[in-house]
Amino acid sequence: MRRPLAILGAALTLVATAAPAAAERLVSSLSSHRVLITPSFTGTELVLFGTVERDAASVPRRGSYDIVATVSGPRETLVVRRKERMIGIWANADSRTFVEVPSYLAVLSTRPAEEIAPIDVLRRLQIGLRRTLLPQRIGPDTADVVRDDPFRNAFLRLKLSHDLYVDAPNAVTFLTPILFRASIPLPAGAPIGNYEVDLKLFADSALIARGGDAFEIVKFGFEQFVAGAALNHGLLYGLATALMALLTGWLASVVFRRD
Amino acid sequence: MTPVQVYLPIADLPVNIFVVFAMGIAVGFISGMFGIGGGFLMTPLLIFLGISPAVAVATVSSHIAASSFSGAITYWRRKALDLSLAAMLLIGGIAGTAAGVWLFTYLRALGQLDLTISLSYVLLLGSVGGLMVAEGVRAIIRSRHGKPVELRRPGSHTWFHGLPFKLRFKQSRIYVSSIPVVAIGFIMGFIGAIMGIGGGFLLVPMLIYFLRVPTNVVIGTSMVLTLVTMATATVLHSVTNHLVDVILALILMVGGVMGAQFGARAGQKMRGERLRLMLGVLVLAVGVRFAVDLVLTPDDFYSIRQLERAQ
Repeated sequence: MRRPLAILGAALTLVATAAPAAAERLVSSLSSHRVLITPSFTGTELVLFGTVERDAASVPRRGSYDIVATVSGPRETLVVRRKERMIGIWANADSRTFVEVPSYLAVLSTRPAEEIAPIDVLRRLQIGLRRTLLPQRIGPDTADVVRDDPFRNAFLRLKLSHDLYVDAPNAVTFLTPILFRASIPLPAGAPIGNYEVDLKLFADSALIARGGDAFEIVKFGFEQFVAGAALNHGLLYGLATALMALLTGWLASVVFRRD
Repeated sequence: MTPVQVYLPIADLPVNIFVVFAMGIAVGFISGMFGIGGGFLMTPLLIFLGISPAVAVATVSSHIAASSFSGAITYWRRKALDLSLAAMLLIGGIAGTAAGVWLFTYLRALGQLDLTISLSYVLLLGSVGGLMVAEGVRAIIRSRHGKPVELRRPGSHTWFHGLPFKLRFKQSRIYVSSIPVVAIGFIMGFIGAIMGIGGGFLLVPMLIYFLRVPTNVVIGTSMVLTLVTMATATVLHSVTNHLVDVILALILMVGGVMGAQFGARAGQKMRGERLRLMLGVLVLAVGVRFAVDLVLTPDDFYSIRQLERAQ
């Protein structure tokens, strides 16, 4: 006699998820959907802007809206190594592998996430760097470990120091009660690939709407040609580089010839 | 004026073009002055700039190929090189380079490449630099006392003069077994590929002390070997590890060959034993610098490295 109950539960969840969509809607866009890496690339900023669309069904809200934007770059597998002193010198000893974690991750919000929603909601929605799932390879399994694991902390700290992980609790600003903007900082070291922007709208400590967008970072022109050649035509690339070296050396000996 | 940044396509980071160019000129000056490739200075400088050791080692090989080619042409014009000796050294050199690149790839996969590079610098530069300084100080003291500086001690034979496969090298006026010649070539190629050095500072004394090659042909001959092993290393590093950054290499080599010309002029004005002492101090200093880094407690115990990325 569990089935009617299950159906009722499913219906309730359906209502629960469908209800906010009818109330408010997030409409957003980016200043650019394609970031080109040219020889002069030293990092850039993308502007995210959008509005909260309300309709007749929207209930009046007591507080103001809150936005959390999570930008994640292409996934990568990394190894974090810890140095230890062995016979007097510091050498890499212990290591942990982080599997398929975002190479770039920025969490931008209107207020610190802890003020926007209760901790259990934040945890479930993986909002904030500390609450993002970072699976490690542990023996044959992959799992995330306790949050104060030293390797996990070191991973976050190193990523933050390279500006590849960004924690900006005041980066989203509302220009009017419904119009918002935020800038996404992309450092020079941001890897090429596809980036996803996930937007969550909160009101009165509850998630009421979601939105999303995407952009890509690509190497362009000469940069793309060189990187592509190095990877796909290693032999030709190496021969060309060696030839270039010989040419430079020969030119120098001709230009600076004194006898 | 804003610094002119250039994005390096393989190293994947922007660098100031003038800083790299100045480094090329400075190292080129030193290399021209001492008649060496200068890789032992350039590789650490690039690592210091934030370029990963692997990319630095692979890229510097092409830079050394350029500077040693320009040097070799100059010595060729003066007929100050022994081509048959160079060819014999090369047999070992190319095999050594291939073995070095293979070990480089293996250690990189193991995660111990950076430590190996550091340790090799400490051991090799520390010991060779120490020997050079000791030798240089002794030579200067000897000349102060009015005694002639002895470089070549004729008639003194070492054990490998009894080895078979003897060959006569006319230009160098030596008659030695080909086994130590090939072995020296192999060692130079091997450490060159792993450490990103041409090894001129090591090869020249080896040729003088072990093979009794006369000083007038030794630098030109060593440059031919360096040229071929480093050009080979460039190609092999490109094929196996895809780590040679052609933009970085170009900036370095243009600066390097220019600096080398001025360095060579400065070097000719100085006395040989003083020059060797200075080079010894320089080599020793780089070795000590690496040793200090290994022994001092690091600022950060943790390091991060990317294994694979979903494209």
